[in-house]
Amino acid sequence: MPETPAALLEAENLQLWRGTRHVLRGLSFHVAAGESIHVRGPNGAGKTSLLRTLAGFLWPEEGRLLWNGADVSQDRDGFAADLAYLGHENALKADFTPLENLRYATGLRHPPTAGTFESVLARLGIGAQQDLPARVLSAGQRRRVALARVVLARARLWLLDEPFTNLDVLGVEALSGVIAQHVAAGGIAILTAHADLELPGISPRRLELT
Amino acid sequence: MSTLGTGLGRAAWLVFERDVRLAFRRWEQVTHPVVFFVMIATLFPLALSPETSLLRDIAPGVVWVAALLSSLLALETLLRADLEDGTLEQLTLSGQPLGWLLFAKTLAHWVLSGLPLVLAAPLVATALAAPGDAVGVLMLALFLGTGVLSFIGAVGAALTLGTRRGSVLLSLLVLPLAMPVLIFGARATDLAMRGEPAGGALMLLGAMLALSVTLAPIAASTAVRISLE
Repeated sequence: MPETPAALLEAENLQLWRGTRHVLRGLSFHVAAGESIHVRGPNGAGKTSLLRTLAGFLWPEEGRLLWNGADVSQDRDGFAADLAYLGHENALKADFTPLENLRYATGLRHPPTAGTFESVLARLGIGAQQDLPARVLSAGQRRRVALARVVLARARLWLLDEPFTNLDVLGVEALSGVIAQHVAAGGIAILTAHADLELPGISPRRLELT
Repeated sequence: MSTLGTGLGRAAWLVFERDVRLAFRRWEQVTHPVVFFVMIATLFPLALSPETSLLRDIAPGVVWVAALLSSLLALETLLRADLEDGTLEQLTLSGQPLGWLLFAKTLAHWVLSGLPLVLAAPLVATALAAPGDAVGVLMLALFLGTGVLSFIGAVGAALTLGTRRGSVLLSLLVLPLAMPVLIFGARATDLAMRGEPAGGALMLLGAMLALSVTLAPIAASTAVRISLE
């Protein structure tokens, strides 16, 4: 891939072993502001491992990760403040309503401003369920709440692991719109999906893992 | 790298408030350890004999063994649920120092599982025929001791997150570290019941609390990061 001087996120020669499996074999890539990346590959190719490495949960045996030109291992919390991660688990408390969940999750980053939670939830199509306990929401609705958390994190780097899981057509459309807006505003979105996805409004660069 | 709009104090308060509020939605989880504590301690007079001199001899030991077991029982809930639903991942990535957030979490855990034991102490003391003027020392000792148990326990809970069902391993890990609490807690209670000054044992408990409050969150945060790998 061509090296752009404006690269915000740079991975250099990432080598990751999981047990006896060599998952990331010298992976290098650059992402500039305003770019989105679709990490592709068959099951077990290491898509989740790559995202967890970028998020800092997994430590690569070799190689380094640069954010804004600085090695992220020097300032983990500073890097974390710039990123929003959506894992396989939605990180929702079943006994809390979507609004309460968002209050505690995003409150750790920024003091809430009036009405933003409601408007983001409405944008993702779950405004009507904002006062129900997360326990009674469907899997797709819970996924949307977790995505609302990502949107509200005000982070430049989005790491989305299978964000389209359980989403219906309208959900995929809403999420694509949100990602497109994030990227247009100079953010970065790195998402995994094993299938080809038609995402209205965004044309992510592909990163193939084998 | 950007800075966050939320300060440290606010972040700790949010973590604390979240856990306390969650616990109030699952009331049985909060009442379980204290009911367990009161049950063990009050069954002894029924099983042995209601003879006051015998009960007074065994009271310090019974109270502290019951408190230790009940703390261990509560530990499993400290981090496990947050690991399983992904909350722990998000706390790690919140941009706030993880050790500080875990301090707030452990404090909430102590308020929910340790403080009820302190408040139930007068009841237990009466059941075991402890003299009334020893109750104050017992409560103070339990206040300090359950604090130590919560913070030491947090390290154990964080270390055993990676195992599928870590409760047995957790007990094995925490029990040896909790021995000094048991020994000095029972000693303070014993001294107070004999009408002697218990200051020395209480100060040692206080020192253990200071040590565990300051060091345990750091150890626990490293253990959590390892467990998430």
